[in-house]
Amino acid sequence: MSEPLLELIGVNKSFGPVHVLHDIDFTVRAGEVTAMVGDNGAGKSTLIKCVAGIHPMDTGEVRFRGKPVTIHNPKDAADLGIEVVYQDLALADNLDVVQNMFLGRERGSRWLMDESSMERAARETLASLSVRTVKSVRTPVAALSGGQRQTVAIAKAVLWDSKVVLLDEPTAALGVAQTRQVLDLVRRLAEQGLGVVLISHNMADVFEVADRIATLYLGRLVAEVPAKETTHGQVVELITAGRSGDLGLARPEAVTL
Amino acid sequence: MTDSPAKTENAPGAISDFGIDTTSQSTGEAIRDYVARLRGGELGSLPALLGLAALVIVFTALSDNFLTLNNTANLLAQGAGKMIIAMGLVYVLLLGEIDLSAGTLSGVCAAVMAMHYVRGGNLLGGMGSTVFYVFIAGLLAAAVLAVLMRIWAGAALSLVAVAMALLGVQPNAWLEMLLAVCVGAAIGCITGYLVANIGMPSFVVTLALFITWQGVILQFIGEGGVLGIRNSPVLFNVANGSLSVVGSWLLCLIAAGGYAAVVLGEHFARLRKGLVTQPTPIALFKVGTVAVIAVASTWALTLNRSPNPDLVTIQGVPYVVPIILGLLVIGTYVLNRTRYGRHIYAVGGNAEAARRAGIDVKKIRASVFAVSACAAAIGAIVYSSKAGSVDPQAGGLNTLLFAVGAAVIGGTSLFGGRGKVAHAVIGGLVLAVVENGLGLLRQPAAVVNIITGLVLLLAATVDALSRRRAAAASR
Repeated sequence: MSEPLLELIGVNKSFGPVHVLHDIDFTVRAGEVTAMVGDNGAGKSTLIKCVAGIHPMDTGEVRFRGKPVTIHNPKDAADLGIEVVYQDLALADNLDVVQNMFLGRERGSRWLMDESSMERAARETLASLSVRTVKSVRTPVAALSGGQRQTVAIAKAVLWDSKVVLLDEPTAALGVAQTRQVLDLVRRLAEQGLGVVLISHNMADVFEVADRIATLYLGRLVAEVPAKETTHGQVVELITAGRSGDLGLARPEAVTL
Repeated sequence: MTDSPAKTENAPGAISDFGIDTTSQSTGEAIRDYVARLRGGELGSLPALLGLAALVIVFTALSDNFLTLNNTANLLAQGAGKMIIAMGLVYVLLLGEIDLSAGTLSGVCAAVMAMHYVRGGNLLGGMGSTVFYVFIAGLLAAAVLAVLMRIWAGAALSLVAVAMALLGVQPNAWLEMLLAVCVGAAIGCITGYLVANIGMPSFVVTLALFITWQGVILQFIGEGGVLGIRNSPVLFNVANGSLSVVGSWLLCLIAAGGYAAVVLGEHFARLRKGLVTQPTPIALFKVGTVAVIAVASTWALTLNRSPNPDLVTIQGVPYVVPIILGLLVIGTYVLNRTRYGRHIYAVGGNAEAARRAGIDVKKIRASVFAVSACAAAIGAIVYSSKAGSVDPQAGGLNTLLFAVGAAVIGGTSLFGGRGKVAHAVIGGLVLAVVENGLGLLRQPAAVVNIITGLVLLLAATVDALSRRRAAAASR
């Protein structure tokens, strides 16, 4: 087990009267893929958005490499090296691969961007991830397939010397071959020493790439277990009932949102 | 392994498509690529260029006067004002917004400029005290809004306008042009604030302002009034004068040489660094084409084009050509080379992605209206100069629709994200040719309006269809 990169301790979050996250303790470790699973409305995306600084947390502590930090906005998260790949990717169709990867953080001066440096860095990053994708880094994103776009979005997150990458359902809209590409890429991120969090509904994907599986049930983190020590059935039970054998909540039936 | 992945060695055995990444193509491949993109719906300004060629051929066949030197120079000057307004509108259209007030806004700028000249710098006397103080208050409000939005250039220009109005500077053509641009910037900041910060749809905001500014022009000039600027040599020459023959050739040298230096310099620099480049023959072809056009048109325009060559000599490239080229270069540079321009494209392509990338979407959205308004003010200077006077109809009627039409005909998308400043120039030429050609054929206004409207409709149809095709191709 490697050092914890990012630790969340006792995170609570409410939207008005709805208590979405209850005392979440969650750890991301370097070099590991942590899958986060849970039914719709369990709070997966909310948790990601709290970490990314899009939603402020109501209570709770965040530690990055053991040091307490505060994340108020997406920039704080980015400064720590936390990058999020959203479900809807957040790429601008009319810009090319390089332009998208550097969007908002262009190199060079305000008045003259350093295109050659950006292009070279983009190509190196894609190559380092062994990306088998588009022909040219100057292809507009509009001309790429779903899997290629996902790859670009992930490469964009990696470009920034990031430490933690959060992936929100990266394979949801992809075909078999493209899912394969993306899962390989996720694995490679962990091999490069990053902490990876993967949100997914697809159990096959989760068991294939994840080192640990964290299950959310109605806003509570009911179990965080090594993938090797759990079975498919246990995880499904945890997702649907909040409990499976010794794992999970003691009295899941008492839990409400 | 915590070092940047960019520095990591490629894993052995992993074959990367980027390892065999084709940074350069052969000419044949590039041409096939271009054809494929055309089929995919990325037409750019090709339909407009083909249309322009067709129109020139038709009008030349129908009218002996069309392709004469005098008419060509005249046509450029006629279309220049709307073309410049269209250049600014490209920025607004890139965000998928619209500025319906650009026409009458330009009229306000023209009216202030002309009043300053006619009244010898005394705007207070020209407007009457109440109107004058409201005018100053409006400029100050614009400056405050610009500061709130952190658009410093807009704030500075608004304050310059206040200072010039309050100090009553002596009439000076250059200062009057500056005043027009400053007033334009101030108005643009107000429009931008209403759209971006209040969050009203730009269609409604600018429709309301369109009517408002029309009223303001009428208030400034008075019913049936005319402010003549014909007597100011500088103001009048903007659209009616020409460079000297030497100056014309100098312009040709700077334009063609500058284009060649930039294109080839960048091309070979990219080749040397192993970056994605177009094939060298295509780069050379582009440079060659521009050089040939520059030399040929300069040669033609430096001939004496006076209708009575024995009495007067009219020769040289009209001043509007360097004005438009200059604005084209600045506008293109800002969009392609600066962060601001990149962010405009990003916001137009996917505002949510831009917001998540940390781009201040509101500021970008507000600022394009200020850019558009400044361009409209410059356009106002040119068309007022061409007319030699400013009347309450300045910038009204179909000025705005012609300008929007020019941008769209040139290939800028009404849906945002796609467009270039050059599109405004090409589309502006198309509309100028239509207007001028039909005029020469002595067609009544009814026919001119119907045909212009249909051309615009056709361009919007091409835009919508090509967009649909591009969307289908990417699935």
